[in-house]
Amino acid sequence: MSATSTRTTTGSEAAAQPPAAPAPRRRKAPRPGRIVLVAVLTVAALYFLLPVYWLVVAATKSNDSLYGSFGLWFDDPRLWDNLSRVFSYDGHVYLRWALNSLLYAGVGAVLATLLSAAAGYALAKYRFAGREAVFKFVLAGVLLPSTALALPLYLMFSKLELTNTYWGVLIPSAVSPFGVYLCRIYAEAAVPDTVLEAARVDGAGEARIFFSLVLRIMTPALVTVFLFQFVHIWNNYFLPLVMLSDDRKYPITLGLVTWQQAADRVPELTQYTIGGAFVSVIPLAVAMLVLQRFWQTGLTEGSVKE
Amino acid sequence: MSTSVKPSGTAATRGRRRGRPDRKAWAFLGPFLALYLFAMVVPVFYAIYQSMLKVERNGPMGLGEPSVGFAGFENYSLALQQETFVDGFGRVLLFGLVQVPVMLLLALVLALLLDQVSHRWAGLLRATYFLPYGIPGVIATILWGFLYVPGVSPVTDVLGDLGFQPDFLGYDNVLWSIANIVVWQFAGYNMLIIVAQLKSVPQELYEAARIDGAGPWQTALHIKIPLVRPALVLTTVFSIIGTMQLFAEPLVLKKVAPAVTTDYTPNLSAYFDAFANANLYLAAAKSVILAVVAMALSFGFLSLVTRKQRSER
Repeated sequence: MSATSTRTTTGSEAAAQPPAAPAPRRRKAPRPGRIVLVAVLTVAALYFLLPVYWLVVAATKSNDSLYGSFGLWFDDPRLWDNLSRVFSYDGHVYLRWALNSLLYAGVGAVLATLLSAAAGYALAKYRFAGREAVFKFVLAGVLLPSTALALPLYLMFSKLELTNTYWGVLIPSAVSPFGVYLCRIYAEAAVPDTVLEAARVDGAGEARIFFSLVLRIMTPALVTVFLFQFVHIWNNYFLPLVMLSDDRKYPITLGLVTWQQAADRVPELTQYTIGGAFVSVIPLAVAMLVLQRFWQTGLTEGSVKE
Repeated sequence: MSTSVKPSGTAATRGRRRGRPDRKAWAFLGPFLALYLFAMVVPVFYAIYQSMLKVERNGPMGLGEPSVGFAGFENYSLALQQETFVDGFGRVLLFGLVQVPVMLLLALVLALLLDQVSHRWAGLLRATYFLPYGIPGVIATILWGFLYVPGVSPVTDVLGDLGFQPDFLGYDNVLWSIANIVVWQFAGYNMLIIVAQLKSVPQELYEAARIDGAGPWQTALHIKIPLVRPALVLTTVFSIIGTMQLFAEPLVLKKVAPAVTTDYTPNLSAYFDAFANANLYLAAAKSVILAVVAMALSFGFLSLVTRKQRSER
């Protein structure tokens, strides 16, 4: 296709060429079309990068130059100074939030992935009464709006005295119906029955087959489920908002909003909010770029069955 | 948690060979189903139960000890009689009618255009467009909030120099400013789903089209768009559900935009009933209404699409 024919030419030309530079023309594509194509893609890139670029610039500014200088260019950069204040403010509370976010998203996503893998595998590879009913029952959960669920969860968890505990956020985070859906589709396609039969003949128990064989085969799907669930928990706001009242248990999202909302009483919090956002966005942005490949594998699995 | 699966080894050796150990499926399903019931299914029914309760004041003139009594559908009719709550539904519906098509159109156009670009640039651009998905909604809203507020925002600075006086947070505009944030966050994600579907199409199809003399436009219109239809259906359903739940963005923007009220969206309204007005029962009713409407809309859309598909065949 066109992709391969242009690839060789771009490869030999300067790698640092910006996308706006005239791309190597193919005979088929008319020139004006090519220009429009590059223009649209560049404008879109600028749009998606604008707030992130602004954040990088703003994170280096003092509170005064935040208001007093042009937002898209640096003014007396002092990033380290800013960041050390972000971290040390209020007894290193930001560090606490960051660790909490990692805990909620990391542990929650690992649990969700394992549970989804086991359930998806069972739905794909065993024949038992009620299998399709269970699957439909789980699929209904995919369509259930998750923030509409947060309030009911709060009502129930407060009866069980699980509110304002780590469990209050972790337990609901470990459930991913969409993960089960993905795992089932993947296991159906990727785990061969012959391999399972062979392992059984060799006398391996069902649990051992799952942990030492099936999980390995399903790794690509598991990485995808993990990534989706990690981002889902990391980005979630409503659930921790209703569950947690002690700010030492907050994740970053909740913490930054409290800073932002308190900024008219404590003006330096404006800068801390920006600095805190910077610290949380940059690692995730890097991870998104590096792990891009995995997202796509998973998404293919997800839509193939449709 | 997953250790509960372990003790299946001994039984499995007994049931080896032809007899498939299918009962073991429940051991694998168990942990997930238990948590699913506990954290998703039971709360739904608990919310329905709560939504049918109310606080009753006893004694003369209602000054006695309050107690909890059965309310039937009182909370529901109360919620639906609240004009502001119903207005919130109208607002998110309007929001969705504009925002979802705009976002998906952008996602589709970007996915199709990326198909025309060399491999190297496509990868880099795809990652760039997808990047906002990794940024939490509230942080995205804080960022865009700064870009909307005059004085800090370079955008209003530049537009001001050009003679425009945009009021992103004004009464009429703030809904679309929120829409912009949501588009920014999710267009790339939806694009990736469409790209994935495009990739799963056998390359011979494109080859055949090219040999038949179809240009890039015709290929896109007559081959690619019909082929990514399932991806579009999927993304539309997720977008409808997401739109109905609109919450974090308006809540955070509320700080800088007075036009955003406490019942700007149904979800906000339920939240403020529960935590500011301490009316949990009314809040539960509103949550149930919201979930029912969201599911009805997505099922409605799905059945509309499948019926259309069937009649086309």
